[in-house]
Amino acid sequence: MKKLLLGNEAIARGVYEAGATVSSAYPGTPSTEISEYLATYPEIDAEWAPNEKVALEVAIGASYGGARSACAMKHVGLNVAADPLFTAAYTGVNGGLVIFVADDPGMHSSQNEQDTRLVAKAAKIPVLEPADSEECLSYTKEAFKLSEQFDTPVIVRLTTRVAHSQGLVEVGERETYERKPYVKDPGKYVMMPAMAQKRHVIVEKHFTEMAVLAETTIFNRIEAADSDIGVITSGISHQYAKEAFGEVNYLKIGLVHPLPTELIRTFAASVKTLYVIEELEPFIEDHCVRIGVHVAGKAMLPIIGEYSARLLRERIFGDTWEKQNTLTETAPGRPPVMCAGCPHRGLFFILKKLKLTVTGDIGCYTLASLPPLETLDTCVCMGASIGVSHGMEKAMGKDAMRKTVAVIGDSTFMHSGITGLINVVYNKGTSTTIILDNSITGMTGHQENPTTGRTLKGEKTKQVDLVKLCQAIGIDRVRVVDPFNLEETEKAVREEIAAEEPSVIITQRPCALLKTATFKGQLKINKEKCRNCKACKRIGCPAIVDRGDHMEMNIALCVGCHLCKNLCKFDAMEKVGE
Amino acid sequence: MSMKSTAIMIVGVGGQGTLLTSRILGHVAVSSGLDAKVSEVHGMSQRGGSVVTYVKMGEKIHSPLIEKGEADVLLCFEQLEALRWIDYAKKDARIIINDQQIDPMPVILGATKYPENIIPKISAEYGNVTVVPALRMAKECGNMKAVNVVMLGVLARQTEFGKEIWLDAIRQNVKPQFVEMNLKAFEAGYAH
Ligand SMILES: Cc1ncc(C[n+]2csc(CCOP(=O)(O)OP(=O)(O)O)c2C)c(N)n1
Repeated sequence: MKKLLLGNEAIARGVYEAGATVSSAYPGTPSTEISEYLATYPEIDAEWAPNEKVALEVAIGASYGGARSACAMKHVGLNVAADPLFTAAYTGVNGGLVIFVADDPGMHSSQNEQDTRLVAKAAKIPVLEPADSEECLSYTKEAFKLSEQFDTPVIVRLTTRVAHSQGLVEVGERETYERKPYVKDPGKYVMMPAMAQKRHVIVEKHFTEMAVLAETTIFNRIEAADSDIGVITSGISHQYAKEAFGEVNYLKIGLVHPLPTELIRTFAASVKTLYVIEELEPFIEDHCVRIGVHVAGKAMLPIIGEYSARLLRERIFGDTWEKQNTLTETAPGRPPVMCAGCPHRGLFFILKKLKLTVTGDIGCYTLASLPPLETLDTCVCMGASIGVSHGMEKAMGKDAMRKTVAVIGDSTFMHSGITGLINVVYNKGTSTTIILDNSITGMTGHQENPTTGRTLKGEKTKQVDLVKLCQAIGIDRVRVVDPFNLEETEKAVREEIAAEEPSVIITQRPCALLKTATFKGQLKINKEKCRNCKACKRIGCPAIVDRGDHMEMNIALCVGCHLCKNLCKFDAMEKVGE
Repeated sequence: MSMKSTAIMIVGVGGQGTLLTSRILGHVAVSSGLDAKVSEVHGMSQRGGSVVTYVKMGEKIHSPLIEKGEADVLLCFEQLEALRWIDYAKKDARIIINDQQIDPMPVILGATKYPENIIPKISAEYGNVTVVPALRMAKECGNMKAVNVVMLGVLARQTEFGKEIWLDAIRQNVKPQFVEMNLKAFEAGYAH
């Protein structure tokens, strides 16, 4: 039966149908739903790991243990997991091991635009790239076989438009996969120099064999037409090319690493003009150049951003688009904002008031860098806030830490913040770290993490005690505050940055979108009392609107957190219905 | 309107439920025997940003994206978003606009003004515009969050798909405890 499935949902279905039993992952747009769908299959033990490195190590262990196992992450997650990845290429697998990595061309929800194919090439890991939901399912099943056939982890590379598009998929039955016995084999699983030197030879041999397979595999297919134009594509670019070029010859590459050589040469010889259409880096194009095939690619198409059928028509055929209306007014931008009732808002209001330098991290709180809060000074990668503030202390001296804080979310602290904090203690830093504990991994759409007390499957589990954890690594000054209590929060921040020793403040209040969030009732602004001083505007709540001559509450958005009430000197904020 | 080969764009503000609407639309297309692609938005822009989802249905769909001048239907959950995406509509597109206004942060901060008379301006250029007080209608159905399904009801009425197909798609795509409320909101839109 054909069903409409999200790319990520089809991946999960493929993992299920392949008979896999283990999955470990860390959330990250656009990969998150893979794990959320995997969790719905009782046959699969699916978990959230604290970060991608741990997730991949778990999947590697499951593979050694003989199970087919899966691991999912966003592109930058692969950097975190790079260490196990590069050496897992040497050890190879026992049960099939497939890693799903989702790139984000156009950076809809990411801090960079790296191309996973290049990382995979450096790691010597084969890559499959599906172009729609149907291929997400079929490639996933084949990926497990490929993994076992060539004794290697396999990466299935996705991009946002494949991961987050729904398409029709023929779903099938689950294969009965007999777990392979685990056999002790240090020559394969213990990577010390003597063993690794031997394994590297095997890796190269397997790659040569896979390159031969690439010439004939069903993943690489020619769609012939009566035309002298040829187009080499892979992934979502294939869909855009189909719309832009119509009936021409296509060589659609599904196995993007290693690439075929003779197949490309033969295809090139059969056409007059040859294009390579691929988003981001010239991966296929560089290969063509190396094997002496002349193609048109990045000379006319960008390395930056997403493609579309229109972009191809414009760049390749010089088509232009004519506006069909006379509306010239530009619509004001609508950047994302912290939600009404977001617990982060109270803290950032105070940090702004105190004019602190704030080294930041990645999560909903990164939105504090936008107006009107504009409080964040830095954001590099997950966990960086603490290392960066410590580095500033090393460069600028202890005094700088009397006006600096690092801010980091609960999930991000578990991911890679704790090591930075240990470093501060170990190397005698005096910085203050604020852990924004909203009881959830917010930005990626509400995933559990080790601080929430629940697993991916929704089961109860032990909860990391952040206070005890910080104390155990040697932080003597740890305190917990409610970020909606502005007075208490300000006092805590002032005292902790003043202290010449490492300190931690944990701001605790659930995300406004969680069921456990409690509020005090919606507010309205009493026009009689409002003096239009605009003090309430400073918190940057999307529900409070400046009408010029007066302030107004958008009742469709106000959740009743009453943070604005604290700022009104004229008592103009009143409960709706009173 | 024939739904044989149709490109529908749903535009709104993160948190308004465009995702559910697009899923129901996709379901309707597929249960009517069409190929369909639905392109969703997850992640950052869901935090109150400008959100657009694409639903394409027809014999065979390749690209999940809809481009400027290609949309047969522009379903707008908010006025400013209607203005932002208007270039994507075909000249004879069906444009359905919720008259709700949600101020973006630059307007809230007074850095720029919310454009005036958006609906009359669009109506002057496009012949097929329906204006819906969807927020009020959703409130009357007991839940302000049902704006998305009210809008779906309005669109449903203007298509050739049978009503039962829509109701079925709603039942299959919303959590059991919300089915009744959503059906009510759909009926309100359908009657508009
Ligand atoms: C290495 C890496 N993995 C995953 C992500 C995706 N990501 C961005 S923010 C975030 C989690 C944020 O959660 P938390 O720290 O609890 O802050 P909140 O959003 O709840 O405020 C994740 C997983 C990323 N950017 N980088």
